Amino acid sequence: MNTASASLRRWFGIIIKEFIQLRRDRLTFGMIVGIPILQLLLFGFAINTDPKHLPTAVVVSDAGPLARAWVAAMKNSEYFAVSERPLGEAEAGEMLARGEVQFVVSFPPDFERALVRGERPPILVEVDATDPIAAGGATSVLEKLGDEVFTPLLPGYRPPAGKSVELRVHKRYNPEGKSSYNIVPGLIGVILTMTMVLMTGLAMTRERERGTFENLLATPATPFEIMTGKIVPYILIGLLQVTLVLLAARWIFMVPMEGSLLLLYAIVFIFICANLTLGITLSSLARNQLQAMQMTFFFFLPSILLSGFMFPFRGMPDWAQMIGNCLPLTHFLILVRGILLKGNGIETLLPHLWPLFAFIAAVLALGVKTFRKTLD
Amino acid sequence: MAPAIDVRGLNKHFGERHVVRDLALQVEEGEIFGFLGPNGSGKTTSIRMLCGLLRPDSGEGQCLGFDVLRESARIKRQVGYMTQKFSLWDDLSIAENLDFVARMFDVAERSAAVAQAIATLGLDGRQKQLAGTLSGGWKQRLSLAACLLHSPRLLLLDEPTAGVDPKARRDFWEQIHQLSAAGITVLVSTHYMDEAERCHRLAYLAWGQLLATGTPAEIVSARGLSTWIVRGDDVQRHSSALRALPGVRLVASFGAELHVSGGADNGLGGELARFAAANGLAVAHGKPSLEDAFIDLMQNTSDPLAA
Ligand SMILES: Nc1ncnc2c1ncn2[C@@H]1O[C@H](COP(=O)(O)OP(=O)(O)OP(=O)(O)O)[C@@H](O)[C@H]1O
Ligand SMILES: [Mg+2]
Repeated sequence: MNTASASLRRWFGIIIKEFIQLRRDRLTFGMIVGIPILQLLLFGFAINTDPKHLPTAVVVSDAGPLARAWVAAMKNSEYFAVSERPLGEAEAGEMLARGEVQFVVSFPPDFERALVRGERPPILVEVDATDPIAAGGATSVLEKLGDEVFTPLLPGYRPPAGKSVELRVHKRYNPEGKSSYNIVPGLIGVILTMTMVLMTGLAMTRERERGTFENLLATPATPFEIMTGKIVPYILIGLLQVTLVLLAARWIFMVPMEGSLLLLYAIVFIFICANLTLGITLSSLARNQLQAMQMTFFFFLPSILLSGFMFPFRGMPDWAQMIGNCLPLTHFLILVRGILLKGNGIETLLPHLWPLFAFIAAVLALGVKTFRKTLD
Repeated sequence: MAPAIDVRGLNKHFGERHVVRDLALQVEEGEIFGFLGPNGSGKTTSIRMLCGLLRPDSGEGQCLGFDVLRESARIKRQVGYMTQKFSLWDDLSIAENLDFVARMFDVAERSAAVAQAIATLGLDGRQKQLAGTLSGGWKQRLSLAACLLHSPRLLLLDEPTAGVDPKARRDFWEQIHQLSAAGITVLVSTHYMDEAERCHRLAYLAWGQLLATGTPAEIVSARGLSTWIVRGDDVQRHSSALRALPGVRLVASFGAELHVSGGADNGLGGELARFAAANGLAVAHGKPSLEDAFIDLMQNTSDPLAA
């Protein structure tokens, strides 16, 4: 007997069975469509906050005392965490694209001379506005800096027309600062986290509660076949949900779609797998459906609060950012915003891709290890 | 020929509770082996250990030539296990359930096997009905059909006829005997005495201990019981007086009769004759039944935990 083909046939058997059961379960089916719509409506409204210490890169072509004073004033405002390393223009731009910094501040080469001559030299501020709430407070602080920095340093200096410098703010990626641009891509992640973990979380405990698990265990099906066979139908469901949200994003919220849709779906697929492996693992850890549900919410809450979905990631204390970095949703949000709003390609996304794979590997290993092959 | 089941010293604890104690069991190939015992005596637990669904805490042995502790995956392929509680999928139809089980066991000619099973069940017109909507007896029959799909060498049936009507029960036992004649080993747990008498050999379990094994006749004769049948007007009135007679071990009511049992040679016959004469009753010699033997067995052993 060919064991490999035999196991593939069993695997298909499990997938087919799950599909039939899903089709008959109206409530679950309603959830698949209902949850995305409900959450779109609920989270369409943004929650306002005012994060500080946002990472900032400074490009100083003219390192005179006046420019330094201006940077120091930025730091004192506590809204900016300025990188100490001197940076070139191209490098700073890349950092902005990768999401490593939220601001790039550039001074022109003859900044100091032009200022002293009263020519109102420009300071270029580029803002990553994909998360407009995070950027808003800090940008308004920048606008107030200026005279109060330079007047004490230049006795007798009178700024022309009341302004010593010209602040040129370029909002990149989301120029109108619409929060729905940020929220809608995030919703994809939240909806997938909620429905994927919950639905698979219930999949195994349901068998256990109904007593059918005993029958399943009495067959030659292996834990790996059972676990993976049970998650395949949900991958398709997840992709369906994403399509629903994307359509809504495009036609209701008019969110621009810059990057490759194919790349987006590839990322979504990986993220779905991460959530499903977690769900199926919780499901084999939990004793009944109620426990599986509780475990799901135990995971769902930090995901929603600490991933940068609800509050700007950089506005959170270090310990919260550390927890956030372990959650797949955190990385998924950066990836999706990167693709949808910035049009980023695969190279830029790599730093946030490997944590997803690491998560899947760790959780699947735990799941197969804790899968109970017996009833005790 | 090696026995189909040959295990020794199987033990199972659930927390502090010692549920199966030093179970030793030999079942020959092609034999119908009955598994009896009061509720909670450990029948289901023992069966689950035999097919690898529960891990014994200690013990050794083989099942169909495979080690019960280490080779449960191979045992599963050749065992048909019918659970005590209905454990097919309520939200799958009859045909879908059979098809799924057939896929899990990688049955060759799957759709033919499923169609055959449905025809044998006599469920031709109803294969699209959801299993959850079947009546209790039909669920049992469907479960049996499902665990026969992959032509197992050993059947483990946990109370397969609970709630099944007499005609279906008789058909069921005919089928079991045919399977046994074809060389399939059957281990079946039951609470019905008529079913126990249809088995080749029996094991009686109480408090997780094996109290007796043997053919039904051996088990009855090993108790050394003598039974008398007492008849007369309003005979039930005398049952407590009879119970109080010296040497009486069991008194059971059967309609207008009382069956009184005691040890073989303790003069109970004379005692009963005197009692009957004094109360205007008739006494005749009877035969101790399997049920008498089991109840006597249980009354004369006590729960080792209670001691
Ligand atoms: N999973 C479990 N966890 C804890 N205790 C258990 C478990 N399964 C069975 N038991 C206990 O083990 C004992 C034996 O149970 P078992 O089901 O084997 O009895 P049984 O002989 O099949 O009874 P019945 O005739 O009622 O079916 C019972 O006291 C039961 O409470
Ligand atoms: Mg039982």
